[in-house]
Amino acid sequence: MNILTEFAISALIVLGAAFALLGSVGLARLPDFFTRLHGPTKATTLGVGAMVLASSIYFTTMQTGVSLHEIAVMFFLFITAPVSAHLMAKAALHRRSAVDAKQGKQ
Amino acid sequence: MHRLLPRPALSAVIFLLWAALSNAATLGTVLLGALLALALPFVTRPFWSDAPRLAHPGKLFILALRVAIDIVLANLSVARRVIGPLNHLKPAFIEVPLDLRDPFVATILSSVVSLTPGTVSIDVDQERWVLLIHALDAPDSDALIAEIKQRYEAPLKEIFAC
Amino acid sequence: MLTLAIETGFVFIGLAMSLNLWRLARGPDATDRVLALDTLSINAIALLVLFGIRAGSSAYFEAALILATMSFVGTVVLCKYLLRGDIIE
Repeated sequence: MNILTEFAISALIVLGAAFALLGSVGLARLPDFFTRLHGPTKATTLGVGAMVLASSIYFTTMQTGVSLHEIAVMFFLFITAPVSAHLMAKAALHRRSAVDAKQGKQ
Repeated sequence: MHRLLPRPALSAVIFLLWAALSNAATLGTVLLGALLALALPFVTRPFWSDAPRLAHPGKLFILALRVAIDIVLANLSVARRVIGPLNHLKPAFIEVPLDLRDPFVATILSSVVSLTPGTVSIDVDQERWVLLIHALDAPDSDALIAEIKQRYEAPLKEIFAC
Repeated sequence: MLTLAIETGFVFIGLAMSLNLWRLARGPDATDRVLALDTLSINAIALLVLFGIRAGSSAYFEAALILATMSFVGTVVLCKYLLRGDIIE
């Protein structure tokens, strides 16, 4: 493995891990549910995507032939992240309006 | 041809995904992938709504590239806001009135909106055709609505001709 | 260089996972916990990918793939439960 690819893989891993950490910092730090949703849907997805890409490059250089199955995980992550964010936001909205309705009755 | 391959794009995606997953280009995996690409859209046909016609596949590629760049940029801005002081943030619920009238394209638009600038899509109202989004930091909601409409909705409308 | 990068990655992901655990324990609402659980499993995918690179084996990758699909299905199921099974009557 030459120095350039090693540098690229290392940079992708560190950047990806940093973004995943940022997503979790957002999750822990932000004040309410809807703002918290932003960290994990964007930062964590991109971070893990970058690390999976690093893995793909690594196994492509280490083995004979291209290692593409990591791309499938990346594809899957980027497609499912908005869907689960959407569902969680809907659930939160539903629960909040249910609580509001209950308080309104009393 | 249309009865054998109800959704050619879906078949192509299944075949490519199978090839990527099995990670080896032997005759067996290619044949099995082709079989799956034929059988899965055929079996799941009743579940799919009618997708609109793909009018400009080339522009879809350009849009995908732009979205990929925007994802990285959006993450940098979100990162800055997450680390910085929190009391300057102005989170807001915003209703974006949509021009497009297709559930499939609206799904794509809401996914793109969730992945890009500091916004998460929450609900698509298919009676009023309004996209409800939540923005992490939106001092100017009209500018954000205009940006989403011009940057993502207009190209999608053009690509799918709806 | 690669070893150092992987070690840094482990530290970052470990920190991220402990922050997620904190949010999982703290709540305050069920949706926050679902979100924390979802993020936790996505971070676990990252951890598995890092293990795979360090061990030089793609066997870890299959586990990451299964975790990705299962965590998505789990999140969807939990959200559907929160949406449909009226907990607050």
